Amino acid sequence: MSSSLHKVQGLGASHSGTGHFWRERLTSVALIPLTLWFGYAMLGLAGVTEVSAIGFLSHPLHAVLMGAFVVITLYHIKLGLQVVIDDYVHTPGSRIFLLLLVQFLVLATGSTALFALFRIVAL
Amino acid sequence: MAENPQKPDVAARPLSPHLTIYHWAPTMLVSITHRVTGVGLSIGAPVLALWLVAISNGPDSYQAFYGYALSPLGLLVLFGFVWALAFHLLQGIRHLAWDLGYGFKKETARMTALLVIGLSLLIAAGVFALVYTGHAGYLG
Repeated sequence: MSSSLHKVQGLGASHSGTGHFWRERLTSVALIPLTLWFGYAMLGLAGVTEVSAIGFLSHPLHAVLMGAFVVITLYHIKLGLQVVIDDYVHTPGSRIFLLLLVQFLVLATGSTALFALFRIVAL
Repeated sequence: MAENPQKPDVAARPLSPHLTIYHWAPTMLVSITHRVTGVGLSIGAPVLALWLVAISNGPDSYQAFYGYALSPLGLLVLFGFVWALAFHLLQGIRHLAWDLGYGFKKETARMTALLVIGLSLLIAAGVFALVYTGHAGYLG
């Protein structure tokens, strides 16, 4: 009796083991407190002047929390949309195209948001 | 090529019950809504990025962003984002409880599903009530 190497390594049919499942859970747990902070921040900044918004986001604690919220949310989005694409898109070409498109859009959104955040802090 | 003697008669094969045959239950509704809100919130991320860009670009672009956000369509979309975020957060917590082994009993699953629906709507309505009664904007 013998087992194939990927089974021995615990990687299985997904070729990546339980890594995706685990990262989805890790980001979920991290996003619970971050989303509560985000709700507090968004409600508090609703309708204020841009000077007040800059003042709030320039505070080191809130700047770091916003950065963490953006990065972890986008990673969670990437993992989640990947599952939706895996479930519904069965043509290999379309599937790979959509997966790459999600990665591109997530990176574009993240770098834009972080650049804007750095600019706000530097203002 | 010879006919495959083992080729099954496709038309006569029984199919397993599919989605349309089941009576809709709250648990099914929150399950698919979790996915729908997740995809919907993915569109919210670029909006958040735009909001940060608008702040960093100065008063004119900030005003322009608010112009879009406070239009009837903008408010509808914002309400959708608030409700979707509340729903996805609550249903996500329900999923994490399952991962820890809690809440699998039929009655419990039904109760928590109804709780997620009710609480998410209550939170979304509460947030907009706070905004319209002047209790938001406390960081200004």
